[in-house]
Amino acid sequence: MIDLKKKNIIRQILSSMPLILLFISVLNNYDFNYLGLKYFSFNFSYILIFFYSLKRSESLGYIYIFIAGLFNDVVLGTPIGLSSLMFLILCVAAAYLRNITLRPNLIKDGIFFLVTILFINSLLFVALNFIFNYELDYFNQIINITFTFLLYFLFSNLFDYFENYLVGSINAR
Amino acid sequence: METSRDDFIIAIRSAFLKKGTQQRFSLLSLIFFSIIFLILGSLNFKVINYVKIGINEIVYRSSFIVSGPENFIIDNYLVVKNHLNLYKINEKNKSELENLKAKDLLNEYIILENKRLKNIIDDYVIKSDTIIAKVLSDKGSPFLKSIIINKGSKHGIDLGMVVMDKEYLVGNTVEVNYLSSRVLLLSDLNSKIPVIIEPNEIFSILSGTGKKNGVIQYSKKYEDIKDDSIIYTSGSGNLFKAGIPIGRMVFNLLSEEKKVEFFSDFSQLRFVSITSFIKDETK
Repeated sequence: MIDLKKKNIIRQILSSMPLILLFISVLNNYDFNYLGLKYFSFNFSYILIFFYSLKRSESLGYIYIFIAGLFNDVVLGTPIGLSSLMFLILCVAAAYLRNITLRPNLIKDGIFFLVTILFINSLLFVALNFIFNYELDYFNQIINITFTFLLYFLFSNLFDYFENYLVGSINAR
Repeated sequence: METSRDDFIIAIRSAFLKKGTQQRFSLLSLIFFSIIFLILGSLNFKVINYVKIGINEIVYRSSFIVSGPENFIIDNYLVVKNHLNLYKINEKNKSELENLKAKDLLNEYIILENKRLKNIIDDYVIKSDTIIAKVLSDKGSPFLKSIIINKGSKHGIDLGMVVMDKEYLVGNTVEVNYLSSRVLLLSDLNSKIPVIIEPNEIFSILSGTGKKNGVIQYSKKYEDIKDDSIIYTSGSGNLFKAGIPIGRMVFNLLSEEKKVEFFSDFSQLRFVSITSFIKDETK
């Protein structure tokens, strides 16, 4: 009985891991989006949200993504609601891709992800630069998009491994 | 052709409106909420401002807790690094101390003389009570260079108060909540403060760059600025008291830009003091 309870707790924690990761990445001081390096930065939240909305939409509730976006805006100092909007557009793109995909393919997912983050970052750039008068470095945005796209493949495999071997093995037992 | 268009519409409609097993809201309604937040937030709508203040209080505290393990690792790394450099630092400190002792005597006299002269020209300002605050979060946002401190309006913090790290200027308060505040750092792109560059008494504007350093802008005597010159607040515009040390000029042979290296390392701030300077009316 105790064993079963323990297993249930572990299962709960592992299945909530994407959500925990999302909130940690949003609230933590150490941001991959701004590492202080000149030619390296990537948006971990975008990768996480896109992957889980595409492959396991039940792991990340849209309402949590919305709240994470609000938290992100408060921490980064951007107008409240902007990150939520970007995160949700990412979810729409992932949901659309999920609906039209018959045979999933990592390369195609990656390319679709690239198009989506290009669109999202353009929207972000326009909103921040022209509407809210924030100064953004165009070059940094390009670097960020490039590495977010490239690292999607790595994190996609890592998340797949995590879901199949860790969460899967606990569920199978 | 017709069928593929129908498929596209069905897929899009499903993406926007279909709720998954764990989803309580559709994407469309949440996107709608976000846009409402954005529009009302930019119009300074009261309810949104209250929501924002509530979220601020929650997020700042949670961010401090979530960053705990990471801060612990960084602090320990710095402690170990300091221990390894202890001998070298001690030798350097000894020689600096000798120099400073000599300068201190001279300084004391200059400070008293300065006070006396400022009293004569009716420009003497006094410090209000200093509030010491802990830095809760210093997330390196690409959009805003700021820190969050654990003191707010409850503790007497007001908008525009001067924030200092020891004797060095760090920035000023730009957002005050009940229990926390946001401090805009000098390195932020939007930070522009009047400064004086010594020697040569050059008045100018110090602007943040969004990186670790600042730059000198709008000076008529741009060419007269020398390497290693010290930057102080000029006191113009009554934003800051005159004479608060900020940083030193660092020249780069490869660029024409006049960079300023801040005395305080903004990434290592743990405690800051907040104060305001008011004119002495007691005379």
